[in-house]
Formats: sequence, C-alpha cells, structure tokens
Amino acid sequence: MITLAHYLTVSAALFTLGLLGVLTRRNAVNVLMGIELILNSANLNLVAFSRYGTGNLQGQLFAVFVIVIAAAEVAVALAIVLTLYRLRRTPNLDEADFLRG
Amino acid sequence: MSAEAAVFYVFAVITVGAAAVVVLARSLIYSAFALLFAFFGVAGLYVLLGADFLAATQLLIYVGGILVLLLFGVMLTHKLYDLDLKSEVTQFLPAAIICAGLFILLAWPIEIAFSLPRFGNVRILGALWQTSWATGTGRPAGPTTEEIGRLFMSTYLLPFEAASVLLLVALMGAAMIVRRRKDA
Repeated sequence: MITLAHYLTVSAALFTLGLLGVLTRRNAVNVLMGIELILNSANLNLVAFSRYGTGNLQGQLFAVFVIVIAAAEVAVALAIVLTLYRLRRTPNLDEADFLRG
Repeated sequence: MSAEAAVFYVFAVITVGAAAVVVLARSLIYSAFALLFAFFGVAGLYVLLGADFLAATQLLIYVGGILVLLLFGVMLTHKLYDLDLKSEVTQFLPAAIICAGLFILLAWPIEIAFSLPRFGNVRILGALWQTSWATGTGRPAGPTTEEIGRLFMSTYLLPFEAASVLLLVALMGAAMIVRRRKDA
C-alpha cells in the first residue's frame, strides 16, 4: 500500500540531494541543477497532497505555476551566469567577488 | 507487493538514484544527463498520482526546455575543446552531514530503536512518518486536463495572466542581461 508518506519521502530525498548540490558545487550551472531538483521535490509534494487530499485540483494548479516560475528562473539565472563568464572567464561562483570590499 | 507499489518503487529508485548522480557526478555532462532521468522519474510519479496533464507538462517544459537551456549553459561557459568539464566540489563533508541529518529528521522511513547510556531509549523515525496526515477521499482516476483548463480560465485567471506577464518580463530581461553593450 503506497501512502502519502511514501511520496513525501521521495520528495524529501530529492530536496536534500538538491540542497547538497547547491551547497557543494562551485560551478554555477551545477548549482542551478540542484535548484531544479529542489523545485521538483516541492512539485511532487504539491501533487501528492492533491491526490491524497480532498480531491480538488488546487495542488496541481500550484505545481503548474511552480513550473512557470522555474522556467523564468533558469532563463534569468543562465543570463547572469553567461554575463559572469564573459567578465571573469570562469563559471565558478566563489570567484564572483566583485563586491568584496 | 501490488503492481502500484512495484511501479512506485521503480520510479522512486530512478528519481532518487538519478538525483544522486546529478549531485555526485564529477563531470557536468553526466550531471545534465542524470538530471534528464530524474525529471523522467518525477513525471512517472506524476502519472502514478493521476496527474496526467502535469506529467506531460513536466516532460515538455523540464526535459524539452529547462534541460536544453542548462546544456546550453554548460556549453557556453566552457571552452568547447575542454574535454573534462569538471565541476569542483567544496565543503563536501559538512554539507553532506547537514543534508543527511535533514533527511533523517524529515523522512527516515524505518524505525530504529536503541538505548544509549546517557539518553535512555532513542527512537529514530522521520517526522513525516509520525504525522497523521489529514487525507481525504482523494480524486477519482481520470483525465484532469479539462478541469485544469476550466480553473485557469475562471478561478485562477488572475494568477494565470500574472504568470504570462512574468514569463515575458523574464525572457526580455534575460535577453537584456546577456546583450553585448557597445559602451562597455
């Protein structure tokens, strides 16, 4: 019997793996991949609650909005990464220290 | 084990395994292709949850759009003759400890009970397995696309339009940011 908690466990695993990627990678594109994993885990939670809840579709609608936000986020973030690469010739985040005093 | 449980475990293993490869692989290209399998696994879980429209959207937007965009990002931020697109790893051990602890707190699925001399009986079980979720009857299986479309055009019309404006602004902003300025 697959319950809500099974899906939430998968989602928690995705979230912690995405967080690990965000915390440990130096490459900006790889950090973005971790963020995508985190957004996917949130979506999985929303859809699971929609399925096991009272039977309305609000969770799925919210998940569609999350996907829209993710698309906009990755477009803007990649634009910033490309600009950073043009300025510093590196995709590594810890070398982007222009504002350090 | 029922068929539903078997399919669930297959997709769960695909998703979590691919996500682990995304995070742990040395090469950026391996990470990107593992991300493809992670997105596919999540789409399979959506199908299992009865969200057919969302599964198709996941495949179209994540696999067709976001993943391709990320691959462009990989290609454009490295010299193409760079064969080893390595991604360096920093502060791995503390981050791994934090993330493992977070997962155990949230979702450790199998109860472990033992006793320590100072603390007495210790019981390890994730928080979400101890919560009694207010589950309802759930949604009967069936297509969801028509109802989602109806809701977007009635109850959720304002957020729908706001999302479309957001997409337009984000795409124009992205184009503005990467544009080469003449004066700079």
